[in-house]
Amino acid sequence: MSVITQYFSEGRTSGKHTMPFVIILLAVTAMACLSNLYLPADSALHVSTYSITLLGKYLCYAMLALAVDIIWGYCGILSLGHGAFFALGGYAMGMYLMRQIGDRGAYGNPDLPDFMVFLGWKELPWFWHGMDQFWFAMIMAVLIPGLLAFVFGWLAFRSRVTGVYLSIMTQALTYALLLAFFRNEMGFGGNNGLTDFKDIVGFSLQSDTTRVSLFAITALMLAVVFVISHNILSSRFGKVILAVRDSESRARFIGYRTDRYKIWLFVFSAVIAGIAGALYVPQVGIINPGEFSPINSIEMVIWVAVGGRGTLIGAVIGALLVNYAKTRFTAILPEAWLFALGGLFVLVTLYLPKGIVGLYTQLLEKRRTQSVKESEA
Amino acid sequence: MRHFIALCCCLFGLLSSQAYSAESSTSTSPSANQPPAELAPLMLELTKAKYSKLLPVLKKIEANSDESMLPLFRTMMNGNLYFIKTNKQLVQLIEDANQKTYQGIFSQQLVADLSKRDVSKIKVNNHLRSYLRNAIARIQLTSSSAEVRKNAVRELLSSLDEETVTTLERLYSSETNQTVKTEMGLALAINTARQASLPNSTRIAAIERLSGSLENTARNVLTQLTNQDNPAIKAAAEHALKKITQRVERFGFLNQLFFGLSLGSVLLLASIGLAITFGVMGVINMAHGEMIMLGAYTTYVVQLMMPNYIDYSIWVAIPAAFLVSGIVGVLIERLVIRHLHGRPLETLLATFGISLILQQLVRTIFSPLNRQVSTPSWMSGSWEINPVFSLTLNRLYILAFSLLVFFALVMVLKKTSLGLNVRAVSQNRNMAKAMGVKTNWIDAMTFGLGSGIAGIAGVALSQLTNVGPNLGQDYIINSFMVVVFGGVGNLLGTLVAAFSLGIATKFLEPMTGAVLSTILVLVFIILFIQKRPKGLFPQKGRAAE
Repeated sequence: MSVITQYFSEGRTSGKHTMPFVIILLAVTAMACLSNLYLPADSALHVSTYSITLLGKYLCYAMLALAVDIIWGYCGILSLGHGAFFALGGYAMGMYLMRQIGDRGAYGNPDLPDFMVFLGWKELPWFWHGMDQFWFAMIMAVLIPGLLAFVFGWLAFRSRVTGVYLSIMTQALTYALLLAFFRNEMGFGGNNGLTDFKDIVGFSLQSDTTRVSLFAITALMLAVVFVISHNILSSRFGKVILAVRDSESRARFIGYRTDRYKIWLFVFSAVIAGIAGALYVPQVGIINPGEFSPINSIEMVIWVAVGGRGTLIGAVIGALLVNYAKTRFTAILPEAWLFALGGLFVLVTLYLPKGIVGLYTQLLEKRRTQSVKESEA
Repeated sequence: MRHFIALCCCLFGLLSSQAYSAESSTSTSPSANQPPAELAPLMLELTKAKYSKLLPVLKKIEANSDESMLPLFRTMMNGNLYFIKTNKQLVQLIEDANQKTYQGIFSQQLVADLSKRDVSKIKVNNHLRSYLRNAIARIQLTSSSAEVRKNAVRELLSSLDEETVTTLERLYSSETNQTVKTEMGLALAINTARQASLPNSTRIAAIERLSGSLENTARNVLTQLTNQDNPAIKAAAEHALKKITQRVERFGFLNQLFFGLSLGSVLLLASIGLAITFGVMGVINMAHGEMIMLGAYTTYVVQLMMPNYIDYSIWVAIPAAFLVSGIVGVLIERLVIRHLHGRPLETLLATFGISLILQQLVRTIFSPLNRQVSTPSWMSGSWEINPVFSLTLNRLYILAFSLLVFFALVMVLKKTSLGLNVRAVSQNRNMAKAMGVKTNWIDAMTFGLGSGIAGIAGVALSQLTNVGPNLGQDYIINSFMVVVFGGVGNLLGTLVAAFSLGIATKFLEPMTGAVLSTILVLVFIILFIQKRPKGLFPQKGRAAE
């Protein structure tokens, strides 16, 4: 049985579940899309556009959870600032969508977004140039979070900042960005953020087809990211990452430049968060500095903890479950949600250190041991 | 029944008149209750004179009056002066929440059974009002209290007319109190500097005299003088202004320093508890901010329970907040953190969950709205050192209080057996355990102590900001920064870090704005940690991993 335990603890659980996960994800997505587009609205199986958008949002969160899990579950780096990368990706998409509004804004200015006209600005700030091109904005959505992660990781990991220190630093990072983006002078719409989007690459954001397509693209991206992450983590690179998690000094003494491994994993994770943010914004229709708030980043960690860290599938399951619960709770008992979330933090860390997936594998293992014992007897 | 009421009125009147005479016991007039006999015809004239004729009458009254006339002038300035139509007695209108009563100006006794129709108002316009304001100040110049005289001169500074100047000149030579004399000299110098008819040398001497003052009026006069044609005066005024500006800047610097120290004291209070729990147990308590919040709410509840003794409520609130937060801290340690030993990241998450629960709990009990905690009278107000530099008392007290708490904590750690054990565990947990230190017990006590100090910080913060469910969150990240910057497990480092961060933030603020200065400080710490991961004063030796 120790073989199985070893198998699971090395994070290969996901390997076994990669194909089934991708197939299930894409199948459900396809069914939801088809039922929204082709079934009449009064049909029992019809999925409303509202639900489609909600599902799309959940999938973005799942991708984000994946990003957190990659560094926390596999490398032991607890980042409390992943919301920053998510929001930066979102802002890149938001800027593109803002430029697409053109002269349809309240002030009808073809070049300047409304809030700039309102602030009395005469021309576009330099960092808004080029954002009217979709490809350029998408490169930025990946590049900016990646760059920030690289600079931060380069500074932090090379000087061997680890553990709670690193967590607090990442939290300070997102807090600093929160404060910065609240400022009108930054040129990102200040407190209100970017909103009132009209269309994306020529398609109206209000139409059902666009929304369904966005949802489908999100699901597809999640599947792609899932497979890539899995491949990276089960490669030689991934093995070193696991070694760093379990004993960084030992890995270093063997001769691995652990800081480099950590930096690149951190960048990869930030890029995934950026993509998730970019997909999130057109679906919810707004991006504001609130996304940078430290509590958001910490919530992402709890998704991963609930699902089971160190397993990619766990991150996805956790994100979906917690967010579904949040939607239900805030609708029925708004006050109780923070109690429930807080309780979840405490209970999961105390009693479910490996999350739901960990619990499942534990039960599975127990049953197998029992059956082995019975057959021996 | 009616007699009884009348008696009560009389008694009340007597009491209040006694109170009044006690207040003005220093008054030169022996009988404050009656107007001097020679003024009686003037009083009568006051009730008869037309609007435009009032000023000469008032001037006559002022000419032979002393402090006993102050109530009359004050009442008139506020537009509450009436007279009874039948006997021409002057009365003051007193408006309570629900009724209007009339009171004799000099007798201070209630005049019963007066209705609106029995009295007539003596009206005042802006011109009269400004005259009255100066007249009051001029009368006060002869007061026997130096403080009153000083304030009267200050009051007169901005409106120096001929009468005032003659009064001042008359009183200047006989003034005995040095401070009042300086103020009077300043007023006269302002007047002299403005007189174009006087010779240059006299005016320049007066301007020189003004250059030593920080009063706004002096600065305004000098600024006016720099716009004049007379080159000698202009040069002198410019020189004097420059000198004043330099002094103002110096005090501005001190002011910033004080605000920096004040912010530093708040940071110190908020982070010092965190520093010990982090130092001893190596865990981050994300619910630390909520311990501060609990302390602040405890202050609020204590004040609710003793609404008549707000001045003393602080002395109850400090131990109460320490106990409430401390007990909650011990509970958290016993129920949650103990089970997560050796898993710092999980501890961080669990305590964060606790902080969410506590916030929502407070929101449910006290509503999400901010609660106002009142400041005891002895803590409100400010200590005015000069016109451009004053220290607000509550900040001053909190600064002193934070240092007091700091040294008390240092003494606890250095001199008590609990402190000894705490230090032993923080330096080498296993060794301490092997020597028989009950580390479990020490953990709980440390956590209680740290949380209790956070509660005390909450009491202090409740005096500076509104008390709301998010109070703790506003300070938690900055507290972490202080602890990380100062070095873990080192109280002196926390002290230095708190004050240097506070001062740095406040000095950056005028240059960059409040938000950007916070960001810059955060970025600085992020960079600083790269260079010195263990903070300013790292723990040395084998204790460090």
